Amino acid sequence: MKWILLASDYMIPLTILYIVGFAVLMRRPVYDDFVEGAKEGASTVFGILPTLVGLMVGVGALRASGFLDAVTRVLGPIAGWIGFPTALLPVALVRLFSSSAATGLVLDIFRQYGPDSELGMITSVMMSCTETVFYTMSVYFMTAGVRKTRYTLAGALLAAATGIAASVLIVRWA
Amino acid sequence: MLNYLWAFMILIGIVWGMANGTAAAVTQGILDSAGEAVSLCVTMLGVISLWTGVLKIAENAGLVGRLTEKMKPLLRFLFPRLPENHPAGRSIATNMIANILGLGWAATPAGLKAMDQLAELEDERRREGSPEARPAGEAGNEMCTFLIINISSLQLIPINMIAYRSRYGSADPTAVIGPALAATLASTAAAVVFCRLMERKGRGAG
Repeated sequence: MKWILLASDYMIPLTILYIVGFAVLMRRPVYDDFVEGAKEGASTVFGILPTLVGLMVGVGALRASGFLDAVTRVLGPIAGWIGFPTALLPVALVRLFSSSAATGLVLDIFRQYGPDSELGMITSVMMSCTETVFYTMSVYFMTAGVRKTRYTLAGALLAAATGIAASVLIVRWA
Repeated sequence: MLNYLWAFMILIGIVWGMANGTAAAVTQGILDSAGEAVSLCVTMLGVISLWTGVLKIAENAGLVGRLTEKMKPLLRFLFPRLPENHPAGRSIATNMIANILGLGWAATPAGLKAMDQLAELEDERRREGSPEARPAGEAGNEMCTFLIINISSLQLIPINMIAYRSRYGSADPTAVIGPALAATLASTAAAVVFCRLMERKGRGAG
């Protein structure tokens, strides 16, 4: 499996090498093209700054108030009943809101149980097969000026729930 | 929807904090988060500009066009009502490839562009009075499908997780790849089926 670690190290440089190399062969003014694109990127980031501030403040308020912990406590027995590891409930929940906060919790689990334990494995798989639902939705929809998101939230939560369930099932029984 | 969601987070956070004596923590949490958002944007400013720059090179050299050409069958399957050769198709293809390769930072700008172009598509549909048209401010079918599939995760190799696992002393950091791929397939399959059903339902009712 060493080659995969190697491949992930080389993924970014090789992608850039391929693109720039190809463009040079096509006799493109690569640096001009780069600066043109980078300008667009910079204005994109400035454009999403207000959305991000709003979203992160909301998540921050929810987390700091202890509300998410309370939800975890309430959901704990239900999770235990359907066979979901209670220790992973906070990660699964926080993952929907914030990737960096969830990463912090994942590292806690790695420290406490080890990455190769069953809990560590389930966490690793769970983090790999889900995205931050609310972050993606608010940033993307704000950009498009959409207020009514129709069935997007339901679909996104369904996909996340499927991913979470699959993580537990695959690690336990595969 | 987003307005309710945001109001819910803020109001519940504050009321809950006051009721449970964590008001000071909430104050700190709000202020810290606002600052965190700005520092995240500063980080993003560099990385995203880098990727949009590189992607512009790829686009101008014709690489993006080739890629879109190869992904056409997939795009047609996922977005049957997206007009052929609509610019949104290219952005969607770029976003998906970046996601599959695990280049999340490169995926975001292409994804935002795709959303913009899909919004233009909705404007066109409204102007033409097409039966597909949604009222202004409402997400079109393509937007819903695109976002749900995006959120279902497309990444083949979870590079970040592998790095964290090896940093925390895993004997086999890459053991996550197989299970993660299977779980990703499951969540993406659920997303595709769901979008298909909703689209069909919408068409029947409209």
